[in-house]
Amino acid sequence: MRNDGVKRRDALTRSVRAFFHERDYVEVETPIRLKIPCMELHIDAEASGDHFLRTSPEMFHKRLLAAGHERIFELAKCFRSGERGPLHNPEYTMLEWYAANADYMDVLELTKALIASVWCDGPSDWKILAVSAAFMEFAGWDPAGNYDEDRFDVDLVEKVEPALKAIGGAVVLKDYPIEAAALSRPKPGEPLLAERWELYIDGVELANAYSELTDPDEQRRRFVNCAAERAAMGKAVYPIDEAFIQAVREMPPAAGVALGVDRLLMLMLGESSLDPVLPFR
Amino acid sequence: MYSASDLKKGLKIEIDGDPCMITNFEFSKPGKGQALYRCKIKNLVTGNTFDKTYRSVEKVNRCALISRDYTFSYIDGDNYVFSDNDTYEEAILNKELLGDLKYFIVDDMQVEILFHNERALDITLPNFVEMTIAETEPGARGDTATNVMKPAKLENGYEINVPIFINEGDVVRIDTRTGTYSDRVSKG
Repeated sequence: MRNDGVKRRDALTRSVRAFFHERDYVEVETPIRLKIPCMELHIDAEASGDHFLRTSPEMFHKRLLAAGHERIFELAKCFRSGERGPLHNPEYTMLEWYAANADYMDVLELTKALIASVWCDGPSDWKILAVSAAFMEFAGWDPAGNYDEDRFDVDLVEKVEPALKAIGGAVVLKDYPIEAAALSRPKPGEPLLAERWELYIDGVELANAYSELTDPDEQRRRFVNCAAERAAMGKAVYPIDEAFIQAVREMPPAAGVALGVDRLLMLMLGESSLDPVLPFR
Repeated sequence: MYSASDLKKGLKIEIDGDPCMITNFEFSKPGKGQALYRCKIKNLVTGNTFDKTYRSVEKVNRCALISRDYTFSYIDGDNYVFSDNDTYEEAILNKELLGDLKYFIVDDMQVEILFHNERALDITLPNFVEMTIAETEPGARGDTATNVMKPAKLENGYEINVPIFINEGDVVRIDTRTGTYSDRVSKG
């Protein structure tokens, strides 16, 4: 077991907490066992008795936003079935935070400040690339308006991500095709795009952010479509969480970020696999 | 059939009728996207390697490989003929497939042949074989050092490095996995 990873994790989580507390964020604890997990096409929850383990704390954070908590964060153990590899583990630590009355570019500034604060020799040069421009340059097509999920995922992994690794440092892919919006809102005036970004550092996907969708009807439509697609794929279909739909209706405009703490620690240690930072796996 | 999630390094699969082996394997899952299984694959017939990415919904054919025990019978032109120890059926392997192993095949040798759909893919010889040195410079008398080597030829023309004390007519043991000298069995 490498003590380095254990001690660096302690230093990292302390500095993360200090960073958010200095900015008046409240650390929250939300349920790990859920009656209804968040329904996403390619994320599968682990069963825990008659409950499920959370795949993300997102649904409860939005309920807190709806209840008037404007700046919140959580260091949240999350669980995703079947995800195992050098950069994946079925149990992992997510840093998730939300700010009311902010959009995805506001939380990008906060993300830059966070990385600079917790990682003294981290990336100083940040590039921002639109998803359409990155795909045109590295894969030769524009997925906005031409979305093909299989082609998008395969080209992202085989062509775009290796190019981001070659660029090195911090690269932000922003403005995803609306079909890949997940829980983000459409970009005003550009209905083919969603206000979502993903941060890559040295080619490793580290964080995902949205201007949050606050339209409960659109949220319900997305869940219904997702349920139909999951059923067609033979995957478990979870019921619609009405308390969450209600939270989407009541919450203020907000933006949120989910950042993989294990991957951040891995990058800070100069490693290319999670093994040294997850000593029990 | 395998599911894509069953794939792993070392697994043998069948692609377009050819037996293949996964030589490198990477689980990949872009944010919010589907699981992708990125493989480097070696075609076990042609030896070519290539990259292939499987999506989680894809199925992959299993590869039925069978290995059976044979006894070496005779050489027929470019072909080496072996006889099945149980059925006496003949298996014919071309010298191209055998490569340098052909130099170490001796009468009545017991071998294992790996088949895919009745096509011979690979042969495994006993780890050691005894062969006679046909040609080498005379060694210095009394020099038993094993770290000084000199070239030598077997009766079938295969060239090998042997210690300086080995002479023509000596019988030596050769490691068939590496094609190198192991030790001396008897003096010529």
